[in-house]
Amino acid sequence: MDVFLSGIEILARWDVGLALLVGSVGGVLIGAIPGVGPAVAIAILLPATFSMDPIVGLTVLLGIYGSSMYGGSIPAILINTPGTAVNALTTYDGFPMTNRGEARRALALAYSSSFFGGVFSVVCLILFAPVLAKVAPMFGSREIFLAALLGIILVVTAHHKQTLIAAAMACFGIWLNTIGLEPVKYTKRYTFDQSWLSGGVNLIVVVLGLFALSQAFILLYSKDKKVHLSKLHGSFFQGFRELARHPRVAGVSATFGVLMGMIPGVGEFTAQFMSYTYAQKTSRRPQDFGHGSSEGLIAAETSNNAVPAAAMVPLLALGIPGEALTAMMLSVFYVHNVIPGPGLFQNRMDFVVALYIALLLLNVLVVIFLLVATNQLIKVVHIPDRFLGMCVLVLSFVGVYSLRNSVTDCALAAAFGVLGFVLKRLSLPIVPIILGMVLGGIMEVKLRAGMARVKTPFDFIDRPIAMILFLMIVFVLLLHVVRVWRDYKQQKA
Amino acid sequence: MSEEIEKKQVVRTAGQIVFAVGFVLIALVLVAVLPDQTAWKNRTKLFAQPRFWPAVSVIGMLVFGGLHLWHQTRQSRKRLVDRNDLYEAGVWLASFEYAGWFLAYVWGVPIIGYLPATLIFAPLLSWRLGYRGRKMLWVSVIFGALVVVMFKGFLHVKIPGGLIYEYLPDALRSFFILNF
Repeated sequence: MDVFLSGIEILARWDVGLALLVGSVGGVLIGAIPGVGPAVAIAILLPATFSMDPIVGLTVLLGIYGSSMYGGSIPAILINTPGTAVNALTTYDGFPMTNRGEARRALALAYSSSFFGGVFSVVCLILFAPVLAKVAPMFGSREIFLAALLGIILVVTAHHKQTLIAAAMACFGIWLNTIGLEPVKYTKRYTFDQSWLSGGVNLIVVVLGLFALSQAFILLYSKDKKVHLSKLHGSFFQGFRELARHPRVAGVSATFGVLMGMIPGVGEFTAQFMSYTYAQKTSRRPQDFGHGSSEGLIAAETSNNAVPAAAMVPLLALGIPGEALTAMMLSVFYVHNVIPGPGLFQNRMDFVVALYIALLLLNVLVVIFLLVATNQLIKVVHIPDRFLGMCVLVLSFVGVYSLRNSVTDCALAAAFGVLGFVLKRLSLPIVPIILGMVLGGIMEVKLRAGMARVKTPFDFIDRPIAMILFLMIVFVLLLHVVRVWRDYKQQKA
Repeated sequence: MSEEIEKKQVVRTAGQIVFAVGFVLIALVLVAVLPDQTAWKNRTKLFAQPRFWPAVSVIGMLVFGGLHLWHQTRQSRKRLVDRNDLYEAGVWLASFEYAGWFLAYVWGVPIIGYLPATLIFAPLLSWRLGYRGRKMLWVSVIFGALVVVMFKGFLHVKIPGGLIYEYLPDALRSFFILNF
């Protein structure tokens, strides 16, 4: 209880309140604009948050992360275009409902499901925090190395039918992280005698290039589309009543969201697929799925909104980000010398609880905002794509240039922007590059530290958690081999 | 249903082989220069060698990139590189134009200042994109001004004042350097 009160005390400041408001409203707006997405917004805002207190900066970024999916459901339901990538599944049942003249019902259901998913996961994690605080210190160098390795393997294998290129991209990310001075012996690595490479390649420059600039180029190169929207009449409150009629689907989907969110590299898509498949298999009307099923919509929206809070677990407890957005947030911690990991749970539990309470408040703020402002909000989908591209380019400049006022950084970000443009055109994975960069650095340091006390390879996994993680790695790899073999057999048949 | 969703996610377009070949070539170069660009220290364990992680990463790039290329060539029933691939490569090159716009903006800010550079860049790029109407050009100007005021004026992000501000009267100079 004391920790909970301390958490509230950390949040009881005007600037945190403002951050909550900006993060929640900003996130919904960004989510509602197809083609921008939380990754672009977080990448742009990241350097601006460095001058803020850690709790203020993280609240803004968490707000954008947590609320963008609420906003992303609006264009998914109304114009069959997901606002963020994770809202793709929402189009399956949301848009057919709009076609049937039930747009308001679909939106109400999406908001209430998202709210339930978000609140469920935060409550779970607040209750789960004392357990995490006990488990986290059991993670030494070997365990963190194995968890990071598991994270990379999961990210790679999650790219079904693109595993090879995802693995190559993860290796590319690890290589990018090795550029510059090596941290122990201070020898140069891949600097090609260029002084500007001695300091290494900055993660934020790469993130801004691959996410923000590349998206600007994509938008600038696209053609503007005409969007027709009709005004929505009536209240959005009925969504909560309808959600209450499907407690099983909502509960199971939120649980999938929490579990999948906690595993590094898995995230929203897997949680959604599992929830949707479960909802369809156990439904009395499975034939409605994909044609405007309310259960399908609940499964998709509840599970994806349960992920953000859960995704903070590996980041806060082990210092291991599970996906690109939490990887970006990691840099905010480092800038303020707040090192996520077992120590954070032992020494700054109030800070961790404050973050979770902030997420809880964000969900409340977002749903209130959406219930009253949806009719005005939907107008943002009218912004032309190419004009939006110009806006993203102008905003990206702030992100890159304000880091170190370096023209070299900007040129490097532009180069990564072109690379990201190519990867997005080819639908090739980008996230493994970022996770390779972040987890590669962690793996290098932890493997070196872990191997110092190891005599035989078996010693590396002689502790219970290390052994569990090792078995999980073997299991994931075996599962992937079986899946590839099945695909191969199917293709041959 | 989940299979259907997966199919929608994996979109194959022209240019895959061109990219795969380029990736493997870069990986080959990185492997070739590995001994030159990294050090090997005597009496140091393998895992603590400065060369260890660069070697793991570039060899991984080469192996997985090579397998990806092999997979692409096996999947493709057409000629290795055809007209569609070349068209796609042309589109990639077209993105350099916008990278150039971005770098021109970057180059302009320290000279003419953040606010003037943004007020010129935003409507000029909008004009290039085909928005010739007064309304959109004004919207671009207002957007540019709002971005500068929000980030430099309110959030005080680190963007230095332009050289041109030195020619302003004393009273205005510091105000402009601090806020615009």
